[in-house]
Amino acid sequence: MTIQEIATHISGVIVEGEKHKIDPVECAFASDLMSDVLTINTSKRIMLITGLANLQTIRTCEMSEIKVILFVRGKKVSEEMLELAQENEMVLIETPLSMYRTSGILFNLELSPVY
Amino acid sequence: MNFTFSVEGGDFTNAGAASSHVKKMMKQLGVDNGIIKRTVVALYEAEVNIVAHAYNGQIVVDIEEDKIYIKLEDEGPGIPDISQAMQKGYSTASPKVREMGFGAGMGLPNMKANADILNVVSEVNKGTVVEITNFFNAQ
Repeated sequence: MTIQEIATHISGVIVEGEKHKIDPVECAFASDLMSDVLTINTSKRIMLITGLANLQTIRTCEMSEIKVILFVRGKKVSEEMLELAQENEMVLIETPLSMYRTSGILFNLELSPVY
Repeated sequence: MNFTFSVEGGDFTNAGAASSHVKKMMKQLGVDNGIIKRTVVALYEAEVNIVAHAYNGQIVVDIEEDKIYIKLEDEGPGIPDISQAMQKGYSTASPKVREMGFGAGMGLPNMKANADILNVVSEVNKGTVVEITNFFNAQ
């Protein structure tokens, strides 16, 4: 599934990394706990679904080699988050939907879980 | 190759800056991606721990031909019981730290899982020293 397809299905807006919108995402992981994010195997093209919108979300994904982050519950990306994401060539998406609803929609569309 | 970084307690804006720098250096040196990830995850958890718990700290990184050695030394409250802190789920983190997505008692276990050698020495009311060594030829 491409980043653009994901955004369309969850009423999302790509706020950073528009140029990567046709890149594929192979699986997703939903968490607000960054230490959990640091434990997952990221050898595939993973998207993080999270309601935690701060600089450490971006840093954690930088360390974990996660290039796509989907912010749920209407959380907004700050200017400093945007800058750090640009530096690391990441894609940031915002959706007003809840984490459960977002995950349910994408799971039904057969976007695989990490485990 | 040696680098030193300073870390300020409570400075969540810059938490991870040293880990980011080390990651870039390891990439430039052509280290295996899996080893880079293990190293920076362990280092990042340790760096966040200084920001979350200590007053200030210093990170010294030594990259050699076959390994990376990282020493994180902080001035802070120290860890009274290291074996307890090593258990998943044990945490003394503040609400502020939890807001940042940490403080779930995963830091030290994550460091252990991602380091070939991990040493933690701590003195209450003085500080903590964490040493991480990862070998470049590890499987």
